Amino acid sequence: MQLLKPRSFRFSWVDTFLWAIRIGALVFILVGVLGTLSKAVDGEGLTAQAWRELIVTGLAQGSMYGLIALGYSMVYGVLGFINFAHGEVFMAGAVTGFFAANALADAGVWESQPIVGLGLTILVSMATSTLVAVLIERLAYRPLRGAPRLIPLITSIGMSFFLQYTFRGLFGESFKSYPVLPTVMQGRISIFGLEILKTQMVVIATAAVAMAGLYTYVTRTRMGRAMRAIAEDREIAALMGVNVNRVIALTFAVGGAMAGVAGVLWALLFRQVYFLTGFLPGIKAFTAAVLGGIGNMAGAYVGGLALGLFESVGPLLVLDGWGIPSVSQLKDVVAFSALVLILIFRPTGLLGERLAVEERG
Amino acid sequence: MNRLTKLRHLGVLLVVFALFAAACGDDDATTTTAGTAATTTTAAATTTTAGEEFPPAAGPAGGVLIEAGAPVEIRALQAISGEVAFLGVDQVRGIELAMEDFGDIHGHTVNLGTVEDDLCLGEGGGAGATVIAAQPGVLGVIGTTCSGAAVPAMAIFNEAGIVMISGSNTGPSLTSDFQGNAGENYFPFYLRTAHNDLIQGGAAALFAYDVLGLTAVCTIHDGDPYTSGLAGAFGNAFEVLGGDIVVATSINKGDTDMVPVLTECAAGAPEAIYFPIFQPEGDFILQQRGGVAGLEDVIMYGADGLITPELFSLPEAEGAYFSGPDLGFEGNAGFTGETYTNLVARYEAAYGEAPVAAFHAHTYDATMMLLNAIESVAVQGPDGELWVDRQALRDFLYATAGFPGVTGSLSCDEFGDCGANTVSVSFNEDPSDPQAGIANVVFRAGKGAGGEIVVIDS
Repeated sequence: MQLLKPRSFRFSWVDTFLWAIRIGALVFILVGVLGTLSKAVDGEGLTAQAWRELIVTGLAQGSMYGLIALGYSMVYGVLGFINFAHGEVFMAGAVTGFFAANALADAGVWESQPIVGLGLTILVSMATSTLVAVLIERLAYRPLRGAPRLIPLITSIGMSFFLQYTFRGLFGESFKSYPVLPTVMQGRISIFGLEILKTQMVVIATAAVAMAGLYTYVTRTRMGRAMRAIAEDREIAALMGVNVNRVIALTFAVGGAMAGVAGVLWALLFRQVYFLTGFLPGIKAFTAAVLGGIGNMAGAYVGGLALGLFESVGPLLVLDGWGIPSVSQLKDVVAFSALVLILIFRPTGLLGERLAVEERG
Repeated sequence: MNRLTKLRHLGVLLVVFALFAAACGDDDATTTTAGTAATTTTAAATTTTAGEEFPPAAGPAGGVLIEAGAPVEIRALQAISGEVAFLGVDQVRGIELAMEDFGDIHGHTVNLGTVEDDLCLGEGGGAGATVIAAQPGVLGVIGTTCSGAAVPAMAIFNEAGIVMISGSNTGPSLTSDFQGNAGENYFPFYLRTAHNDLIQGGAAALFAYDVLGLTAVCTIHDGDPYTSGLAGAFGNAFEVLGGDIVVATSINKGDTDMVPVLTECAAGAPEAIYFPIFQPEGDFILQQRGGVAGLEDVIMYGADGLITPELFSLPEAEGAYFSGPDLGFEGNAGFTGETYTNLVARYEAAYGEAPVAAFHAHTYDATMMLLNAIESVAVQGPDGELWVDRQALRDFLYATAGFPGVTGSLSCDEFGDCGANTVSVSFNEDPSDPQAGIANVVFRAGKGAGGEIVVIDS
């Protein structure tokens, strides 16, 4: 019996280059972290409390990215293109939530019954975002259902601008400031000895609940199964009796609802919203979706959390150790570099992609 | 290939040829134009009433011939949209009021045309300047709002010989360091009536060190030439006085999460944070400061980009200080004798609100200077034409000394700094009355003869 020859090792320049990048990145990160740690040992640098705060801030920011990223991931899973207008769906929720919050504050409900106030604001925001998402699907994307993948992508970019400037026209270009947080939501709270801001806790908790609700919906209900079926193979699903149009509209609606929740959470943390609020979070959320594995719901959420953490902790952990000044200005650099590096190490994203049958290699 | 394809190819070739012909056709002479009057420079020269040749020979930057009955063309390049629109719109109003007060120039009306938007960005400044420079006969521009937009704009205007006077650029690199060295973005056809941020940074640092007794400060800017210039000027002056800038860091415009940068500041244990940035980043820093350990008792210190009623009314802005151009213009009278108090009344009557920012007065003076200069250097022709030499206009402006402005007495130094250079610090005692907070001046300083900071009254 012939022994199997060992696979010959083909020396490829590309492979070497990629390995060089991987090793270089690891070295860069390690040296940076060691530099920061040595600063801490010396007594300079951030306190442990400061690091904990950064981590919590990163998780809060990341929860919002995760909620928005769910919309990107689900639409990609079902229709195979990136809906760039999703950032504006988030903005729509945030801006209409402002009007609801203001009305509630004027009525005194915002301060006296904060849970009711917050709940109503989130409902209004979710409703608006869902409506906007379903409308854009019906008007802009359904007619392009059979077109090559690039066409709806370009349409979504145009739709993004359209939504931004429609909101500018409707509501003006000034910043809308949400009412001051109810007293019960101000200040800090101690959880397992960890002191965090109450708003951050509300954000992380609400996002987790929303995510859990969505996961249950998608895995345990019939409509959720239909969504997964269409994501897997649209033609066969249609043959099986799934109403493709309705389920796709539902996918957009659910993604929009998550973005609506994220809109109010954003406003809780940052208080000011305006017509361009959705632009950068939209890009970051798309990055998070790719980071976690496009098409993968859990991946979107984990990617969002990871991106939030990289943004918050990364500059001070890695770049500060190298002695680079003004590291906070480079947090976008860190976030997007993390994306590039993770894709170099793990091209399908952190939790792996979930692509439809036609797209799998 | 069949006939249809051949015809199509021929058609394409014709279109391409036509495009080439249009592009390579004769351009109007860019330096000596006034629309159709371009040809009159080579027409038979007539004589002025003084017996000299008209129009006179053009100087090195060319000149503009304005036909009888045609308007004198000036333009404005301001930030009229976006987050700093309040600064730009306020200045456009200053220009309009000045034009109203000055009136005609030798019987020619003054035309402002369309106000171009500088977007408070280099791209906007460059694009707006390109549009303006392409229009015939523009003698001068009042702008830009933001220092960052001025640099690409001046690269274009300087080439075309168009003077630009700014009522709100404060970046030091646009003029000089007051030690005789030109700034790296200095252009000969540029002037400003606003203060130089070396003075604002120096005065702000003097207040922090001498009056507040601070020794450890963290500075935050947002990367644009105005904010980084001012933060740098503050930092340098503060360290010369003996203080310590514990952390000098920055954010990006558009950032919302300020906890990382505030944590960076907190690591240096500062007594104050000097953040000469714009809204909404300034709002976020004020609002998120309370959530960062170590910054509970820190003094918040902003600059003129944040002096707005919206920011002053934030509860988190209580107890904050803000440096900015001094607004104590009551008692000053402008070039035409109009008092500042009267000017404010007319502003309110015309626009329905009090002046929204500081720089309308500086821009009013800048417009007055420009119109006065045009009137002074213009040579009148025998048939009611006007000839304005661009270099002569620029030189006249640079020779300004003791010009009466509503912002004070204006004199231009050799690098284009014409402002009265008075800076004040306001203290926001009570957010429920933002206008009172803005007017609550606790420190005032100006520029001495050698460029040093001189306290006016504390």
